Amino acid sequence: MKFIGRVHKFGVNVDTDVIIPARYLNTSDPGELAKHCMEDIDKDFAGRVEKGDIIVAGTNFGCGSSREHAPLAIKAAGVSCVVAATFARIFFRNAINIGLPILECPEAVAEIEAGDELEIDLASGSVRNMTTRKDFHAKPYPEFMMELVSVGGLIEHTKRKIEKGACE
Amino acid sequence: MTLAEQILAAHAGRATVAPGELINVRVDVVLANDITAPIAIKEFERIGVKKVFDPQRVVMVPDHFTPNKDIASAEQAKLMREFALEQGLVYFEIGQMGIEHVLLPEQGLVLPGDVVIGADSHTCTYGALGAFATGMGSTDIASAMACGEIWMKVPATLKFVYHGRLSRWVNGKDLILHTIGDIGVDGALYSAMEFTGEAIDALTVDSRLSLANMAIEAGAKAGLFEVDAKILDYIRPRARRPFKVYSNDGLSGCAGIKEYDASKIEPQVAFPHLPSNTRGISQVGDIPIDQVIIGSCTNGRMEDLRIAAAILRGRKINPRIRCIVIPGSQEVYLESLKEGLMEIFVGAGAAVSTPTCGPCLGGHMGILAAGERCVATTNRNFVGRMGSSKSEVYLSGPAVAAASAVLGRIAGPDEIS
Repeated sequence: MKFIGRVHKFGVNVDTDVIIPARYLNTSDPGELAKHCMEDIDKDFAGRVEKGDIIVAGTNFGCGSSREHAPLAIKAAGVSCVVAATFARIFFRNAINIGLPILECPEAVAEIEAGDELEIDLASGSVRNMTTRKDFHAKPYPEFMMELVSVGGLIEHTKRKIEKGACE
Repeated sequence: MTLAEQILAAHAGRATVAPGELINVRVDVVLANDITAPIAIKEFERIGVKKVFDPQRVVMVPDHFTPNKDIASAEQAKLMREFALEQGLVYFEIGQMGIEHVLLPEQGLVLPGDVVIGADSHTCTYGALGAFATGMGSTDIASAMACGEIWMKVPATLKFVYHGRLSRWVNGKDLILHTIGDIGVDGALYSAMEFTGEAIDALTVDSRLSLANMAIEAGAKAGLFEVDAKILDYIRPRARRPFKVYSNDGLSGCAGIKEYDASKIEPQVAFPHLPSNTRGISQVGDIPIDQVIIGSCTNGRMEDLRIAAAILRGRKINPRIRCIVIPGSQEVYLESLKEGLMEIFVGAGAAVSTPTCGPCLGGHMGILAAGERCVATTNRNFVGRMGSSKSEVYLSGPAVAAASAVLGRIAGPDEIS
Protein backbone atom coordinates (compact mmCIF):
# COMPACT_ATOMS: atom_id res chain seq x y z
CA MET A 1 0.00 0.00 0.00
CA LYS A 2 1.41 3.37 -1.04
CA PHE A 3 0.07 6.79 -0.14
CA ILE A 4 0.97 10.25 -1.37
CA GLY A 5 -0.48 13.18 0.52
CA ARG A 6 -0.03 16.57 2.08
CA VAL A 7 0.78 16.89 5.80
CA HIS A 8 -1.38 18.27 8.59
CA LYS A 9 0.87 18.56 11.62
CA PHE A 10 -0.22 18.28 15.26
CA GLY A 11 1.64 18.33 18.58
CA VAL A 12 1.99 15.78 21.39
CA ASN A 13 -0.80 14.04 23.35
CA VAL A 14 -3.53 14.60 20.75
CA ASP A 15 -6.40 13.03 22.70
CA THR A 16 -9.52 11.30 21.43
CA ASP A 17 -11.70 14.09 22.87
CA VAL A 18 -10.21 16.56 20.40
CA ILE A 19 -10.08 14.02 17.54
CA ILE A 20 -13.84 13.59 17.94
CA PRO A 21 -15.55 15.40 20.84
CA ALA A 22 -17.95 13.23 22.86
CA ARG A 23 -20.84 15.56 22.07
CA TYR A 24 -20.88 13.97 18.61
CA LEU A 25 -20.80 10.37 19.85
CA ASN A 26 -24.57 10.01 19.68
CA THR A 27 -23.90 8.61 16.22
CA SER A 28 -21.37 6.15 14.85
CA ASP A 29 -21.89 7.19 11.21
CA PRO A 30 -18.36 7.75 9.87
CA GLY A 31 -19.41 10.54 7.48
CA GLU A 32 -21.11 12.43 10.28
CA LEU A 33 -18.11 11.95 12.61
CA ALA A 34 -15.71 13.16 9.90
CA LYS A 35 -17.46 16.55 9.81
CA HIS A 36 -16.24 17.22 13.37
CA CYS A 37 -12.81 15.61 13.21
CA MET A 38 -10.18 17.65 15.15
CA GLU A 39 -12.75 20.40 15.65
CA ASP A 40 -11.62 21.45 19.12
CA ILE A 41 -7.93 21.95 18.24
CA ASP A 42 -8.17 22.85 14.55
CA LYS A 43 -11.60 24.27 13.78
CA ASP A 44 -11.16 24.25 9.99
CA PHE A 45 -9.55 20.80 9.68
CA ALA A 46 -12.65 19.00 8.39
CA GLY A 47 -13.16 21.66 5.74
CA ARG A 48 -9.51 21.81 4.72
CA VAL A 49 -8.49 18.15 4.66
CA GLU A 50 -8.34 16.52 1.24
CA LYS A 51 -8.59 12.87 0.32
CA GLY A 52 -5.22 11.20 0.79
CA ASP A 53 -3.82 13.80 3.22
CA ILE A 54 -1.57 12.58 6.02
CA ILE A 55 -1.62 13.46 9.72
CA VAL A 56 1.78 13.80 11.38
CA ALA A 57 1.89 14.20 15.17
CA GLY A 58 4.11 13.88 18.23
CA THR A 59 4.08 11.33 21.04
CA ASN A 60 1.02 9.59 22.53
CA PHE A 61 -1.34 10.27 19.60
CA GLY A 62 -4.90 9.17 20.39
CA CYS A 63 -4.58 9.11 24.16
CA GLY A 64 -7.69 9.04 26.33
CA SER A 65 -10.92 7.27 25.60
CA SER A 66 -11.36 3.92 23.84
CA ARG A 67 -13.79 5.40 21.31
CA GLU A 68 -13.29 3.77 17.95
CA HIS A 69 -15.10 6.81 16.59
CA ALA A 70 -11.69 8.56 16.68
CA PRO A 71 -9.91 6.52 13.99
CA LEU A 72 -13.25 6.19 12.14
CA ALA A 73 -13.55 10.00 12.00
CA ILE A 74 -9.97 10.39 10.75
CA LYS A 75 -10.41 7.70 8.11
CA ALA A 76 -13.76 9.05 6.91
CA ALA A 77 -12.29 12.57 6.71
CA GLY A 78 -10.12 11.17 3.92
CA VAL A 79 -6.83 10.87 5.79
CA SER A 80 -4.77 8.08 4.22
CA CYS A 81 -2.28 7.53 7.06
CA VAL A 82 -1.23 8.82 10.47
CA VAL A 83 2.48 9.08 11.27
CA ALA A 84 3.25 9.76 14.95
CA ALA A 85 6.24 9.56 17.27
CA THR A 86 4.21 7.12 19.42
CA PHE A 87 0.56 6.10 19.67
CA ALA A 88 -1.60 5.53 22.74
CA ARG A 89 -2.22 1.79 22.88
CA ILE A 90 -6.01 1.64 22.50
CA PHE A 91 -5.88 4.00 19.51
CA PHE A 92 -3.15 1.83 17.99
CA ARG A 93 -5.36 -1.29 18.22
CA ASN A 94 -8.44 0.53 16.99
CA ALA A 95 -6.66 1.95 13.94
CA ILE A 96 -5.27 -1.45 12.94
CA ASN A 97 -8.65 -3.11 13.57
CA ILE A 98 -10.62 -0.73 11.36
CA GLY A 99 -7.96 -0.43 8.66
CA LEU A 100 -6.60 3.07 9.23
CA PRO A 101 -2.90 2.84 8.32
CA ILE A 102 -0.60 4.20 11.05
CA LEU A 103 3.16 4.34 11.42
CA GLU A 104 5.45 5.10 14.36
CA CYS A 105 8.43 7.15 13.24
CA PRO A 106 9.77 9.79 15.67
CA GLU A 107 12.62 10.78 13.32
CA ALA A 108 10.21 11.63 10.51
CA VAL A 109 7.90 13.57 12.83
CA ALA A 110 10.79 15.80 13.93
CA GLU A 111 11.67 16.70 10.34
CA ILE A 112 8.27 17.06 8.70
CA GLU A 113 6.38 20.36 8.52
CA ALA A 114 2.74 21.15 7.80
CA GLY A 115 2.16 21.31 4.06
CA ASP A 116 5.04 18.97 3.13
CA GLU A 117 4.19 16.24 0.66
CA LEU A 118 4.92 12.66 1.78
CA GLU A 119 5.13 9.35 0.01
CA ILE A 120 4.55 6.39 2.32
CA ASP A 121 5.02 2.70 1.62
CA LEU A 122 3.23 0.81 4.37
CA ALA A 123 4.79 -2.59 3.68
CA SER A 124 8.38 -1.40 3.92
CA GLY A 125 7.66 1.39 6.43
CA SER A 126 9.39 3.95 4.25
CA VAL A 127 8.40 7.59 4.67
CA ARG A 128 9.73 9.97 1.98
CA ASN A 129 9.39 13.71 2.41
CA MET A 130 9.04 14.74 -1.24
CA THR A 131 9.22 18.42 -0.30
CA THR A 132 12.60 18.19 1.44
CA ARG A 133 13.80 14.98 -0.28
CA LYS A 134 14.50 13.25 3.03
CA ASP A 135 13.85 9.55 3.69
CA PHE A 136 12.84 7.91 6.95
CA HIS A 137 12.06 4.39 8.07
CA ALA A 138 9.21 3.56 10.45
CA LYS A 139 9.17 0.55 12.75
CA PRO A 140 7.75 -2.35 10.72
CA TYR A 141 4.58 -3.99 12.06
CA PRO A 142 5.04 -7.28 13.91
CA GLU A 143 4.14 -10.26 11.72
CA PHE A 144 0.78 -10.88 13.40
CA MET A 145 -0.32 -7.28 12.90
CA MET A 146 0.77 -7.29 9.27
CA GLU A 147 -1.44 -10.37 8.87
CA LEU A 148 -4.37 -8.48 10.46
CA VAL A 149 -3.85 -5.54 8.11
CA SER A 150 -3.42 -7.71 5.02
CA VAL A 151 -6.67 -9.66 5.55
CA GLY A 152 -8.54 -6.36 5.99
CA GLY A 153 -8.80 -5.91 9.74
CA LEU A 154 -9.83 -7.81 12.85
CA ILE A 155 -13.35 -8.74 11.75
CA GLU A 156 -12.08 -10.50 8.62
CA HIS A 157 -9.38 -12.14 10.72
CA THR A 158 -11.96 -13.36 13.25
CA LYS A 159 -14.19 -14.71 10.45
CA ARG A 160 -11.29 -16.78 9.13
CA LYS A 161 -10.45 -18.01 12.61
CA ILE A 162 -14.04 -19.18 13.05
CA GLU A 163 -14.08 -20.85 9.61
CA LYS A 164 -10.94 -22.75 10.58
CA GLY A 165 -12.67 -23.86 13.79
CA ALA A 166 -9.97 -22.16 15.82
CA CYS A 167 -12.51 -20.61 18.17
CA GLU A 168 -15.31 -22.48 19.91
CA MET B 1 6.40 -13.30 36.89
CA THR B 2 4.52 -10.13 37.83
CA LEU B 3 0.80 -10.11 38.69
CA ALA B 4 -0.12 -9.11 35.13
CA GLU B 5 2.10 -11.79 33.58
CA GLN B 6 0.75 -14.55 35.86
CA ILE B 7 -2.86 -13.73 35.01
CA LEU B 8 -2.17 -13.45 31.28
CA ALA B 9 -0.15 -16.69 31.21
CA ALA B 10 -2.98 -18.57 32.94
CA HIS B 11 -5.49 -17.21 30.41
CA ALA B 12 -3.25 -18.04 27.45
CA GLY B 13 -2.77 -21.64 28.61
CA ARG B 14 0.93 -21.03 29.04
CA ALA B 15 3.37 -21.67 31.88
CA THR B 16 5.06 -18.33 31.37
CA VAL B 17 4.79 -15.21 29.24
CA ALA B 18 7.26 -12.38 28.77
CA PRO B 19 6.76 -8.67 28.02
CA GLY B 20 6.41 -7.93 24.30
CA GLU B 21 5.02 -11.37 23.39
CA LEU B 22 1.82 -11.44 21.35
CA ILE B 23 -0.58 -13.97 22.88
CA ASN B 24 -4.19 -15.09 22.57
CA VAL B 25 -5.99 -14.60 25.86
CA ARG B 26 -9.23 -16.15 27.10
CA VAL B 27 -11.48 -13.43 28.54
CA ASP B 28 -13.68 -13.78 31.64
CA VAL B 29 -15.81 -10.68 31.08
CA VAL B 30 -16.48 -8.52 28.02
CA LEU B 31 -18.05 -5.08 28.55
CA ALA B 32 -19.58 -2.33 26.41
CA ASN B 33 -21.73 0.77 26.96
CA ASP B 34 -24.31 2.80 25.04
CA ILE B 35 -21.62 4.65 23.05
CA THR B 36 -19.31 1.76 22.21
CA ALA B 37 -21.80 -1.14 21.98
CA PRO B 38 -23.56 0.05 18.80
CA ILE B 39 -20.32 -0.25 16.76
CA ALA B 40 -19.42 -3.52 18.53
CA ILE B 41 -22.85 -4.98 17.68
CA LYS B 42 -22.62 -3.98 14.00
CA GLU B 43 -19.14 -5.50 13.76
CA PHE B 44 -20.26 -8.64 15.64
CA GLU B 45 -23.04 -9.09 13.09
CA ARG B 46 -20.48 -8.80 10.27
CA ILE B 47 -18.57 -11.76 11.71
CA GLY B 48 -21.59 -13.90 10.99
CA VAL B 49 -21.96 -15.90 14.22
CA LYS B 50 -25.44 -15.98 15.72
CA LYS B 51 -24.67 -16.06 19.46
CA VAL B 52 -22.08 -14.51 21.74
CA PHE B 53 -19.58 -16.96 23.25
CA ASP B 54 -21.25 -16.87 26.69
CA PRO B 55 -24.13 -14.46 27.44
CA GLN B 56 -23.37 -14.51 31.17
CA ARG B 57 -19.92 -13.07 30.46
CA VAL B 58 -20.96 -10.22 28.19
CA VAL B 59 -22.11 -7.14 30.09
CA MET B 60 -23.79 -4.07 28.59
CA VAL B 61 -24.51 -0.94 30.60
CA PRO B 62 -26.35 2.15 29.32
CA ASP B 63 -24.50 4.80 31.32
CA HIS B 64 -22.89 7.44 29.10
CA PHE B 65 -25.72 9.42 27.48
CA THR B 66 -28.43 8.02 29.71
CA PRO B 67 -31.15 8.57 30.78
CA ASN B 68 -31.30 9.27 27.04
CA LYS B 69 -30.17 12.83 26.43
CA ASP B 70 -31.54 13.17 22.90
CA ILE B 71 -33.14 11.19 20.09
CA ALA B 72 -29.86 9.98 18.58
CA SER B 73 -28.68 8.73 22.00
CA ALA B 74 -32.04 7.03 22.52
CA GLU B 75 -31.54 5.17 19.24
CA GLN B 76 -28.10 3.96 20.36
CA ALA B 77 -29.42 2.85 23.75
CA LYS B 78 -32.30 1.07 22.00
CA LEU B 79 -29.98 -0.78 19.63
CA MET B 80 -27.91 -1.98 22.59
CA ARG B 81 -30.97 -2.93 24.69
CA GLU B 82 -32.51 -4.99 21.90
CA PHE B 83 -29.27 -6.85 21.23
CA ALA B 84 -28.66 -7.46 24.95
CA LEU B 85 -32.16 -8.82 25.53
CA GLU B 86 -32.17 -10.95 22.38
CA GLN B 87 -28.81 -12.48 23.28
CA GLY B 88 -29.66 -12.80 26.99
CA LEU B 89 -26.66 -10.73 28.08
CA VAL B 90 -26.05 -9.26 31.51
CA TYR B 91 -27.84 -5.92 31.12
CA PHE B 92 -28.88 -3.21 33.57
CA GLU B 93 -31.80 -0.95 32.67
CA ILE B 94 -32.16 2.66 33.81
CA GLY B 95 -33.25 2.46 37.45
CA GLN B 96 -30.98 -0.51 38.09
CA MET B 97 -27.91 0.60 36.25
CA GLY B 98 -24.93 2.47 37.54
CA ILE B 99 -21.76 3.85 36.01
CA GLU B 100 -20.23 0.65 34.63
CA HIS B 101 -17.02 0.71 36.66
CA VAL B 102 -18.90 1.38 39.89
CA LEU B 103 -21.56 -1.20 39.04
CA LEU B 104 -19.56 -4.24 37.92
CA PRO B 105 -17.42 -4.60 41.07
CA GLU B 106 -20.46 -3.97 43.26
CA GLN B 107 -22.45 -6.68 41.46
CA GLY B 108 -19.63 -9.20 41.81
CA LEU B 109 -19.26 -9.45 38.03
CA VAL B 110 -15.49 -8.87 38.02
CA LEU B 111 -13.30 -10.94 40.29
CA PRO B 112 -9.65 -11.38 41.28
CA GLY B 113 -7.56 -13.17 38.66
CA ASP B 114 -10.00 -12.35 35.84
CA VAL B 115 -9.09 -11.01 32.43
CA VAL B 116 -11.65 -8.31 31.66
CA ILE B 117 -11.83 -6.31 28.45
CA GLY B 118 -14.18 -3.40 28.03
CA ALA B 119 -14.97 -0.96 25.25
CA ASP B 120 -14.30 1.82 27.72
CA SER B 121 -10.84 3.05 28.60
CA HIS B 122 -11.53 3.08 32.34
CA THR B 123 -12.02 -0.68 32.38
CA CYS B 124 -8.61 -0.68 34.09
CA THR B 125 -10.52 0.15 37.31
CA TYR B 126 -10.90 -3.58 38.11
CA GLY B 127 -7.17 -3.91 38.66
CA ALA B 128 -7.99 -2.78 42.21
CA LEU B 129 -9.60 -6.21 42.70
CA GLY B 130 -6.57 -8.08 41.35
CA ALA B 131 -7.97 -8.55 37.84
CA PHE B 132 -6.15 -7.85 34.58
CA ALA B 133 -8.59 -5.39 33.10
CA THR B 134 -8.04 -3.20 30.08
CA GLY B 135 -9.90 -0.93 27.68
CA MET B 136 -10.20 -1.70 23.99
CA GLY B 137 -12.22 -0.50 21.04
CA SER B 138 -15.57 -1.73 19.79
CA THR B 139 -14.15 -4.01 17.08
CA ASP B 140 -11.97 -5.83 19.62
CA ILE B 141 -15.07 -6.27 21.76
CA ALA B 142 -17.01 -7.63 18.76
CA SER B 143 -14.31 -10.22 18.10
CA ALA B 144 -14.16 -11.22 21.78
CA MET B 145 -17.97 -11.47 21.95
CA ALA B 146 -17.77 -14.01 19.12
CA CYS B 147 -14.77 -16.01 20.30
CA GLY B 148 -14.29 -15.43 24.02
CA GLU B 149 -10.67 -14.57 23.40
CA ILE B 150 -8.55 -11.67 22.18
CA TRP B 151 -4.98 -11.00 21.12
CA MET B 152 -2.78 -9.01 23.46
CA LYS B 153 0.78 -7.86 23.72
CA VAL B 154 2.12 -8.77 27.16
CA PRO B 155 2.90 -5.46 28.87
CA ALA B 156 6.02 -4.80 30.89
CA THR B 157 5.24 -4.12 34.55
CA LEU B 158 6.20 -0.89 36.28
CA LYS B 159 5.99 -0.97 40.05
CA PHE B 160 4.84 2.04 42.10
CA VAL B 161 5.61 1.90 45.82
CA TYR B 162 4.02 4.34 48.27
CA HIS B 163 5.76 4.46 51.65
CA GLY B 164 4.52 6.05 54.84
CA ARG B 165 1.14 7.23 56.06
CA LEU B 166 -1.30 9.33 54.11
CA SER B 167 -2.21 12.77 55.40
CA ARG B 168 -5.82 13.58 56.25
CA TRP B 169 -8.07 14.14 53.17
CA VAL B 170 -5.57 12.38 50.89
CA ASN B 171 -6.80 9.21 49.21
CA GLY B 172 -6.42 7.09 46.08
CA LYS B 173 -7.32 9.90 43.68
CA ASP B 174 -4.57 12.12 45.06
CA LEU B 175 -1.99 9.33 44.83
CA ILE B 176 -2.75 8.63 41.19
CA LEU B 177 -2.90 12.35 40.24
CA HIS B 178 0.45 12.89 41.95
CA THR B 179 1.90 9.88 40.14
CA ILE B 180 0.62 10.98 36.71
CA GLY B 181 2.00 14.44 37.46
CA ASP B 182 5.36 12.80 38.06
CA ILE B 183 5.53 10.36 35.13
CA GLY B 184 3.34 12.15 32.56
CA VAL B 185 0.34 11.07 30.48
CA ASP B 186 2.47 8.54 28.61
CA GLY B 187 4.76 7.67 31.53
CA ALA B 188 3.40 4.11 31.66
CA LEU B 189 2.56 3.72 27.95
CA TYR B 190 1.79 0.08 27.03
CA SER B 191 2.72 -1.00 30.60
CA ALA B 192 0.97 -2.64 33.51
CA MET B 193 1.28 -0.48 36.62
CA GLU B 194 1.46 -2.36 39.91
CA PHE B 195 0.65 -0.39 43.07
CA THR B 196 2.08 -1.43 46.41
CA GLY B 197 3.45 -0.22 49.75
CA GLU B 198 2.27 0.71 53.21
CA ALA B 199 0.08 3.58 52.03
CA ILE B 200 -1.62 1.31 49.49
CA ASP B 201 -2.33 -1.32 52.15
CA ALA B 202 -4.08 1.38 54.16
CA LEU B 203 -6.38 2.41 51.30
CA THR B 204 -10.03 1.35 51.33
CA VAL B 205 -11.45 -0.70 48.45
CA ASP B 206 -13.23 2.41 47.08
CA SER B 207 -10.00 4.38 47.12
CA ARG B 208 -8.11 1.60 45.32
CA LEU B 209 -10.80 1.55 42.63
CA SER B 210 -10.32 5.34 42.19
CA LEU B 211 -6.58 4.87 41.89
CA ALA B 212 -6.66 1.97 39.41
CA ASN B 213 -9.30 3.85 37.38
CA MET B 214 -6.77 6.44 36.23
CA ALA B 215 -3.91 4.10 35.23
CA ILE B 216 -5.05 4.75 31.64
CA GLU B 217 -4.33 8.47 32.14
CA ALA B 218 -0.64 7.51 32.38
CA GLY B 219 -1.02 5.50 29.16
CA ALA B 220 -1.04 2.15 31.01
CA LYS B 221 -2.75 -0.98 29.73
CA ALA B 222 -3.72 -2.02 33.25
CA GLY B 223 -3.16 -1.00 36.88
CA LEU B 224 -3.08 -3.82 39.38
CA PHE B 225 -3.09 -4.34 43.14
CA GLU B 226 -2.36 -7.47 45.10
CA VAL B 227 -5.47 -8.97 46.68
CA ASP B 228 -5.54 -8.60 50.48
CA ALA B 229 -8.07 -9.24 53.25
CA LYS B 230 -9.97 -6.02 52.48
CA ILE B 231 -10.51 -7.11 48.87
CA LEU B 232 -11.51 -10.62 49.89
CA ASP B 233 -14.03 -9.22 52.40
CA TYR B 234 -15.46 -7.12 49.57
CA ILE B 235 -15.47 -9.92 46.99
CA ARG B 236 -16.68 -12.95 48.97
CA PRO B 237 -20.29 -11.88 49.56
CA ARG B 238 -20.58 -10.74 45.92
CA ALA B 239 -18.86 -13.48 43.91
CA ARG B 240 -21.09 -16.07 42.23
CA ARG B 241 -18.33 -18.01 40.50
CA PRO B 242 -14.90 -19.26 41.60
CA PHE B 243 -11.90 -16.95 41.32
CA LYS B 244 -8.16 -17.20 41.74
CA VAL B 245 -5.93 -14.93 43.76
CA TYR B 246 -2.42 -14.29 42.40
CA SER B 247 0.44 -13.01 44.54
CA ASN B 248 3.31 -11.00 43.15
CA ASP B 249 6.84 -12.33 43.40
CA GLY B 250 8.26 -9.17 44.93
CA LEU B 251 10.17 -7.31 42.26
CA SER B 252 10.84 -10.19 39.91
CA GLY B 253 10.17 -9.39 36.28
CA CYS B 254 9.60 -5.72 36.99
CA ALA B 255 10.80 -3.34 34.26
CA GLY B 256 10.98 -0.31 36.52
CA ILE B 257 10.18 0.99 39.97
CA LYS B 258 9.06 4.36 41.32
CA GLU B 259 8.93 5.14 45.03
CA TYR B 260 7.01 7.87 46.79
CA ASP B 261 6.80 9.17 50.34
CA ALA B 262 3.02 9.22 50.66
CA SER B 263 3.15 11.30 53.84
CA LYS B 264 4.43 14.24 51.77
CA ILE B 265 1.59 14.12 49.25
CA GLU B 266 -1.14 16.73 49.78
CA PRO B 267 -4.56 16.84 48.09
CA GLN B 268 -3.91 17.22 44.36
CA VAL B 269 -5.44 19.29 41.58
CA ALA B 270 -4.79 18.64 37.87
CA PHE B 271 -4.96 21.89 35.91
CA PRO B 272 -6.24 22.11 32.33
CA HIS B 273 -5.74 20.45 29.92
CA LEU B 274 -3.92 17.28 30.98
CA PRO B 275 -4.29 14.97 34.00
CA SER B 276 -0.52 15.27 34.42
CA ASN B 277 -0.68 19.02 35.00
CA THR B 278 -0.92 18.53 38.77
CA ARG B 279 -0.18 20.73 41.76
CA GLY B 280 -0.58 20.26 45.50
CA ILE B 281 -3.56 22.22 46.84
CA SER B 282 -1.19 24.66 48.60
CA GLN B 283 0.23 25.66 45.22
CA VAL B 284 -3.08 26.36 43.47
CA GLY B 285 -3.63 30.08 44.19
CA ASP B 286 -6.90 31.94 43.82
CA ILE B 287 -8.92 30.39 41.00
CA PRO B 288 -12.64 31.24 40.92
CA ILE B 289 -14.94 28.52 39.55
CA ASP B 290 -18.47 28.13 38.19
CA GLN B 291 -19.29 24.45 38.69
CA VAL B 292 -18.38 21.41 40.79
CA ILE B 293 -19.02 17.79 39.78
CA ILE B 294 -18.82 15.08 42.44
CA GLY B 295 -19.23 11.61 40.92
CA SER B 296 -18.00 9.51 37.94
CA CYS B 297 -16.39 6.09 37.62
CA THR B 298 -13.41 7.59 39.43
CA ASN B 299 -15.11 9.08 42.50
CA GLY B 300 -18.78 8.13 42.58
CA ARG B 301 -18.58 5.57 45.40
CA MET B 302 -19.67 5.65 49.06
CA GLU B 303 -16.32 6.81 50.40
CA ASP B 304 -16.32 9.75 47.99
CA LEU B 305 -19.86 10.83 48.87
CA ARG B 306 -19.13 10.45 52.59
CA ILE B 307 -16.06 12.71 52.28
CA ALA B 308 -18.04 15.31 50.32
CA ALA B 309 -20.91 15.15 52.82
CA ALA B 310 -18.54 15.53 55.79
CA ILE B 311 -17.41 18.85 54.32
CA LEU B 312 -20.85 20.06 53.18
CA ARG B 313 -22.62 19.14 56.44
CA GLY B 314 -24.01 22.33 57.99
CA ARG B 315 -22.60 24.49 55.17
CA LYS B 316 -24.02 26.06 52.03
CA ILE B 317 -22.72 25.82 48.54
CA ASN B 318 -21.60 29.21 47.27
CA PRO B 319 -24.66 30.73 45.56
CA ARG B 320 -22.68 31.39 42.35
CA ILE B 321 -21.71 27.71 42.06
CA ARG B 322 -23.59 24.84 40.44
CA CYS B 323 -22.67 21.77 42.46
CA ILE B 324 -23.85 18.49 40.94
CA VAL B 325 -23.57 15.24 42.89
CA ILE B 326 -23.89 12.01 40.91
CA PRO B 327 -23.92 8.74 42.87
CA GLY B 328 -22.16 6.04 40.84
CA SER B 329 -24.89 3.41 41.17
CA GLN B 330 -28.35 2.78 42.55
CA GLU B 331 -26.74 0.94 45.47
CA VAL B 332 -24.61 4.01 46.24
CA TYR B 333 -27.69 6.23 45.83
CA LEU B 334 -29.77 4.15 48.22
CA GLU B 335 -27.02 3.83 50.82
CA SER B 336 -26.43 7.60 50.64
CA LEU B 337 -30.13 8.14 51.30
CA LYS B 338 -30.07 5.79 54.29
CA GLU B 339 -27.00 7.49 55.74
CA GLY B 340 -28.54 10.94 55.34
CA LEU B 341 -25.96 12.10 52.81
CA MET B 342 -28.58 13.12 50.27
CA GLU B 343 -30.24 15.38 52.83
CA ILE B 344 -26.87 17.05 53.39
CA PHE B 345 -26.28 17.55 49.65
CA VAL B 346 -29.74 18.91 48.91
CA GLY B 347 -29.72 20.99 52.10
CA ALA B 348 -26.41 22.52 51.08
CA GLY B 349 -27.81 23.51 47.70
CA ALA B 350 -26.42 20.77 45.47
CA ALA B 351 -28.25 19.17 42.55
CA VAL B 352 -28.37 15.39 42.83
CA SER B 353 -28.64 13.23 39.70
CA THR B 354 -29.44 9.63 38.93
CA PRO B 355 -26.26 7.66 38.05
CA THR B 356 -24.76 8.68 34.70
CA CYS B 357 -21.36 9.41 33.15
CA GLY B 358 -23.10 12.57 31.87
CA PRO B 359 -20.92 15.62 32.35
CA CYS B 360 -17.59 13.78 32.70
CA LEU B 361 -17.35 13.38 28.93
CA GLY B 362 -19.40 16.42 28.03
CA GLY B 363 -22.54 14.39 27.40
CA HIS B 364 -25.23 16.08 29.49
CA MET B 365 -26.14 17.03 33.09
CA GLY B 366 -23.63 19.84 33.56
CA ILE B 367 -22.08 21.07 30.31
CA LEU B 368 -19.78 24.10 30.50
CA ALA B 369 -20.11 27.34 28.52
CA ALA B 370 -17.10 29.16 27.04
CA GLY B 371 -14.96 30.69 29.77
CA GLU B 372 -16.44 28.56 32.56
CA ARG B 373 -14.36 26.58 35.05
CA CYS B 374 -15.28 23.37 36.82
CA VAL B 375 -13.66 21.40 39.63
CA ALA B 376 -14.53 17.77 38.96
CA THR B 377 -13.80 14.46 40.64
CA THR B 378 -13.69 12.96 37.15
CA ASN B 379 -10.66 11.65 35.26
CA ARG B 380 -9.97 13.83 32.21
CA ASN B 381 -9.54 17.54 31.68
CA PHE B 382 -8.73 17.60 27.96
CA VAL B 383 -9.78 20.57 25.80
CA GLY B 384 -13.58 20.54 25.46
CA ARG B 385 -13.99 17.46 27.65
CA MET B 386 -16.95 18.88 29.62
CA GLY B 387 -18.39 21.19 27.00
CA SER B 388 -17.06 24.29 25.28
CA SER B 389 -13.52 24.04 23.93
CA LYS B 390 -12.98 27.31 25.80
CA SER B 391 -14.01 25.88 29.20
CA GLU B 392 -11.65 24.47 31.81
CA VAL B 393 -11.78 21.36 34.01
CA TYR B 394 -9.68 20.98 37.16
CA LEU B 395 -9.48 17.40 38.47
CA SER B 396 -9.45 16.64 42.18
CA GLY B 397 -10.69 14.25 44.83
CA PRO B 398 -14.03 14.75 46.59
CA ALA B 399 -12.59 16.72 49.54
CA VAL B 400 -11.18 19.51 47.35
CA ALA B 401 -14.31 19.46 45.16
CA ALA B 402 -16.67 19.89 48.12
CA ALA B 403 -14.54 22.60 49.75
CA SER B 404 -14.34 24.42 46.41
CA ALA B 405 -18.13 24.30 46.07
CA VAL B 406 -18.48 26.07 49.42
CA LEU B 407 -15.84 28.73 48.80
CA GLY B 408 -16.50 29.36 45.10
CA ARG B 409 -12.82 28.92 44.23
CA ILE B 410 -10.45 25.97 44.18
CA ALA B 411 -9.85 25.25 47.86
CA GLY B 412 -8.56 22.58 50.18
CA PRO B 413 -10.77 21.06 52.89
CA ASP B 414 -8.58 22.53 55.63
CA GLU B 415 -9.56 26.03 54.55
CA ILE B 416 -13.09 25.55 55.82
CA SER B 417 -12.83 23.04 58.65
